[in-house]
Amino acid sequence: MGFHMSVGSPGARIFGARGVKLAMALSVALAIAACAKNPADDPTALAGYGAGGRGGAATPGSPQDFAVNVGDRVFFESDSSELTQTAQATLDKQARWLQQYNRYNFTIEGHADERGTREYNFALGARRAEATKNYLAARGVPASRMRTISYGKERPVATCDDISCWSQNRRAVTVLGAGQS
Amino acid sequence: MTPVAPWRSLFPHSSSEPLNPLLNGPSTGPGTLASGTPAVAQPMSRRAVAKLLSGLGAAALSAPLASVPLSVAPLSAARAQDRYLDVRPGGEFKPVSIAVTNFAGENTGPNHPTGVIINNFRHSVFLNPLDPKTFISDTAPLDQAPQMDPWKAINAQFVVTGRSTRTADGRLQTEFRLWDVTSGQQIAGQQYVTDPSNGRRVAHIISDTIFSRITGEKGFFDTRVVFVDETGSRDRRRKRLAIMDQDGANVRYLTRGDDLVVTPRFSPSSQDITYMSFGAADPKVLLLNIETGQREVVGNFPGMTFSPRFSPDGQKIVMSLSQGASSNLFTMDLRSRNTTRLSDSSSIDTSPSYSPDGAQIAFESDRGGTQQIYIMSSSGSAPRRVSFGDGRYSTPVWSPRGDYIAFTRQKGSSFGIGVMKPDGSGERILTEGFHNEGPTWAPNGLFLMFFRDVPGQGGPRLFMVDLYGRGEFPVPTPSYASDPAWSPLLN
Repeated sequence: MGFHMSVGSPGARIFGARGVKLAMALSVALAIAACAKNPADDPTALAGYGAGGRGGAATPGSPQDFAVNVGDRVFFESDSSELTQTAQATLDKQARWLQQYNRYNFTIEGHADERGTREYNFALGARRAEATKNYLAARGVPASRMRTISYGKERPVATCDDISCWSQNRRAVTVLGAGQS
Repeated sequence: MTPVAPWRSLFPHSSSEPLNPLLNGPSTGPGTLASGTPAVAQPMSRRAVAKLLSGLGAAALSAPLASVPLSVAPLSAARAQDRYLDVRPGGEFKPVSIAVTNFAGENTGPNHPTGVIINNFRHSVFLNPLDPKTFISDTAPLDQAPQMDPWKAINAQFVVTGRSTRTADGRLQTEFRLWDVTSGQQIAGQQYVTDPSNGRRVAHIISDTIFSRITGEKGFFDTRVVFVDETGSRDRRRKRLAIMDQDGANVRYLTRGDDLVVTPRFSPSSQDITYMSFGAADPKVLLLNIETGQREVVGNFPGMTFSPRFSPDGQKIVMSLSQGASSNLFTMDLRSRNTTRLSDSSSIDTSPSYSPDGAQIAFESDRGGTQQIYIMSSSGSAPRRVSFGDGRYSTPVWSPRGDYIAFTRQKGSSFGIGVMKPDGSGERILTEGFHNEGPTWAPNGLFLMFFRDVPGQGGPRLFMVDLYGRGEFPVPTPSYASDPAWSPLLN
């Protein structure tokens, strides 16, 4: 279906050099997720690998743990910044994890698909990041740990020129930053 | 951190110069055309003249041109006709046929004026350059009126003759004459002496002069386009600001590609560009001086700023600021540094564009539920919606003439480029397809450039279309390209 995911994409960039093998495995998991018609309908897809326990499970509290077992992103309907039931379930898990491992600051990246104009999509991505931030804050994550950025339609993860990809690009990704140590 | 090609490297010898107009049709009266006498100087801005004169010897100005047989009566006839083709009433015109003969002289190669001029006219919609293969006589003597019968025989309405030679001191001397085949009279003629590196510019200025003489409209060939050059995979796209001549020649890169950059826009002087750049912190609107390479952040805003555009007087930049879930419009005065809020809504207000008189601003807003075009006063008061067609309307751009607003329309699964009058009437979709976005006007308000994505082609390309949608042409770029912005006329 034309989907691919580079190692440098947001979902994988959190891995260091020693995590390449795991990152590759995760890419496979994400690629499987990508084949769902609407990934928002399948919240377990992104977490599938870690939950499967196929050896080398991520260290609890690690960025890998967050990406694999919690899910680092939520998806949106077209031209919407409303959090779906699925997205809220993912963010509930994110909030619990982020409170448990409170050493992380993080950035919420808002993205839009390619089916909009550039300027509007920057604003739409900002709205999605803001909605995500507000939800996490309402679940008890301190706003001081969060920053938001919008990439509009500049950074798609899936690039197949049809809806199966656009639905993956309408997303907000929680990217863990350096620990506060 | 990003090296910027300075203005001077773009124009290493800013010395192109119109000289000794043989006959400047409408502005030259009978009796002022004694053989070899310099006639009325070509109108140029004082600044441009000063710029062009610098570094030029006075000798070139007095270079005599061979006498041209002219009579008074036909001149009067030429004066009576201000334009030969009125391009304003609508799209039902018949393009005029023009034969551009081969310019004699030792100036050959890719910058040869004949090829540049013919290529320009091929994209002019209103002028139809005849195929030189059909010419019965290939060249015409420059210093006397050509025999018109061979041109009538191939239905040429106008003939351009010219030559391009080197002066004794190595400069490029280019002359042309425009002849009306029907009357047999010369209706325009100019001579230019300049550094050889300006050869293409001279050809563009000649193209503009001819276009203007025939249509009565300003030209648009001596212009540049700033755009975003795109390379690399789509999920990791490398974007660089680039500038080129409107015909795709002389591409120069203004940023290195380290930072993601989008939506460059020219200042009215063409000396500055404002654009959005992603850096370490929030994405910001920046100002880049092409001449000095100096860059600065525009304003000190608490959040992402984007979608910038200059005011017509060049003194302000209007842009969007994202705060929370909303985006609102602000200006920054470039002299006082004062920032002013223009809108205060919970919606997405973006893509602001001033009317040419600076009194109003068109913008898009989703305050009514979906993206639509609104107009308000430039102080932000009295916003009113003007787009009421079927679909989402965005990226309004006011024509430099003020008569139209260009836009992107998203309807169903297609993206089109269209124009409407500022009151929302007279809407025309000029092109439509999978994805067309981001129109920018030629300075004469007769053409638009935009970018187009086609599924499976890997990235966007630039195209131009005329105001009536009669002709559409790809604009050559070295790689994928988006976000074009057309400069004002340089001459």
